Amino acid sequence: MATAPEIPAPPRRRPRPVSSGRLSAASGLGLGVGMLWLSLIVLLPIASIVVVALQSGFGPFREAVTDSEALDTIKLSVGAAVLVTVINAVLGTLVAWVLVRDSFPGKRIVEVIIDIPFALPTIVAGLVLISLYGPQSPFGIDLVGTRRGIFVALLFVTLPFVVRSVQPVLIDMERDVEEAAASLGASGFTIFRRIVLPTIAPAMLAGSALAFARALGEFGSVILISANLIGKTEVSSAYMLKLIEQNDTTGAAAVATLLLVVAVIVLVLLDSLQRLAARRD
Amino acid sequence: MSISVSGINKRFGDFVALDNVSLEVPTGRLTALLGPSGGGKSTLLRIIAGLEFPDTGSVEIEGVQATWLPPQKRSVGFVFQHYAAFKHMTVFKNVAFGLEIRRKPRAEIRQRVMELLELVHLEQFADRLPSQLSGGQRQRMALARALAVQPEVLLLDEPFGALDAQVRKELRDWLRNLHDEMNVTTIFVTHDQEEALEVSDEIVVINGGRIEQVGAPADLYDRPANDFVMKFLGPVTTLDGQLVRPHDIELLAAPGQEAIEATVTRLTRVGFEVRAELRTSKGGSEPWVQLTRIQAQELDLEPGRSVWLRTTHAPKTLAVS
Repeated sequence: MATAPEIPAPPRRRPRPVSSGRLSAASGLGLGVGMLWLSLIVLLPIASIVVVALQSGFGPFREAVTDSEALDTIKLSVGAAVLVTVINAVLGTLVAWVLVRDSFPGKRIVEVIIDIPFALPTIVAGLVLISLYGPQSPFGIDLVGTRRGIFVALLFVTLPFVVRSVQPVLIDMERDVEEAAASLGASGFTIFRRIVLPTIAPAMLAGSALAFARALGEFGSVILISANLIGKTEVSSAYMLKLIEQNDTTGAAAVATLLLVVAVIVLVLLDSLQRLAARRD
Repeated sequence: MSISVSGINKRFGDFVALDNVSLEVPTGRLTALLGPSGGGKSTLLRIIAGLEFPDTGSVEIEGVQATWLPPQKRSVGFVFQHYAAFKHMTVFKNVAFGLEIRRKPRAEIRQRVMELLELVHLEQFADRLPSQLSGGQRQRMALARALAVQPEVLLLDEPFGALDAQVRKELRDWLRNLHDEMNVTTIFVTHDQEEALEVSDEIVVINGGRIEQVGAPADLYDRPANDFVMKFLGPVTTLDGQLVRPHDIELLAAPGQEAIEATVTRLTRVGFEVRAELRTSKGGSEPWVQLTRIQAQELDLEPGRSVWLRTTHAPKTLAVS
């Protein structure tokens, strides 16, 4: 037995750059500008929502968020967002897979069509959906004023997120890895579960987070087809608009704060799942 | 015969990758598929592995008709040029993969994987991820992974192609030793003639989708079937209209039998060897000759000096016209 070539290996599992605890001028400036920008664009508005929600004290806040109409809209919005996210996580991945792995006539066109929900003003999307699935539906399917109508609208606007996150990862994935698994005896399903899925899971979760966030706050595409029926198809964004129109800014901000908390919880959950998936199979 | 391939044709669109290829690979040997890139050698290997299917022809592995068997059912281990590591799994998990698929008991898997990691000198790296290994280490991991399921045939596609020269050379010796120890029928694809000559029991030269010649390394080097094989396996030069190896030309200080007069035009020293470029007086061909330093000193070679040339080894192929 010959001695194998010894290549010095990294001494630790995850070598980190040596940190002196001080930043260079350039990275200090970068960090400063980045933080300032983030504060102005994101943190400041979020903070002001919370401030407005609590400006009349905790009592009115609790009253606003425990109002039964408010709770109904939040339940509907969160529930619909979760359901739509799960469906598009699966189907979006499937679409990405087909776009990357199969070649068929018209593929370039499909590539463009995928992005239309991104590009279309959402109120236009709402109009399109109502002409397809409204009282004058060419298919005889009338979804106006139903929760199914809301699902369809949300499925439409959130489709591209998962597709566009998963696609580049699939393109980068080397085919020989799957071939290696096949020659080791793994079936197609096993290869997908043990090799492909762990590779694309972080991208799927990242896309899902975006889709969820979008679905949670969606207004334009939903408002027409939902018909905004109180207690049935009224979503949180429409409810908040109504409160603002009634000059109840505090109530609107309170509902927004609650929605924000839900969003943060879900995003943190998805993020930790993503980290978990990125680490190990 | 361990692997028997007959009448294989394979096209990719208009490109003919393999043109009626037949080949017998004996059990327990280390065979090299050698040829320029795009010549069809990788396609042949992938057809044997079941990663590609032929348009016509058949493949038998250990007497079993395998032409249309999927790769899962061929008992073939495959090693890829770019390692094909399962990046999200540890070295241990990578090697264990095939055994886990076969639902072996945990203790058995553990024991077998550790044996293999010892064999490829990676036992202390079991818990690392592939990204924390060097290229040579990754390829040894890939080899252990392929060997874990005890394949009847081991196929390697340019296994050292992505490694630097030093590591390449070491792994080459190591593969030869490993093969002598395990004796599993092995085919490896390479475009490096030195690699093929050094490591293999038998070389199959493939070019333009056809097999040019099959034989032992020394046979191919000394008795090439045609100009292509001769040129591909080692250095050549032209003397008197014939292809000759530059170390098969003898330089004489004085006229001799069947010797051709020539003038030294240039001397280059490359390490231990000296290359003399010459021009023959008649015909004006410009061969070059490989000599040792001592030979060059004895002849007192320098540019402008007249010498006489003759071949010490009769060239077997004829004429670039």
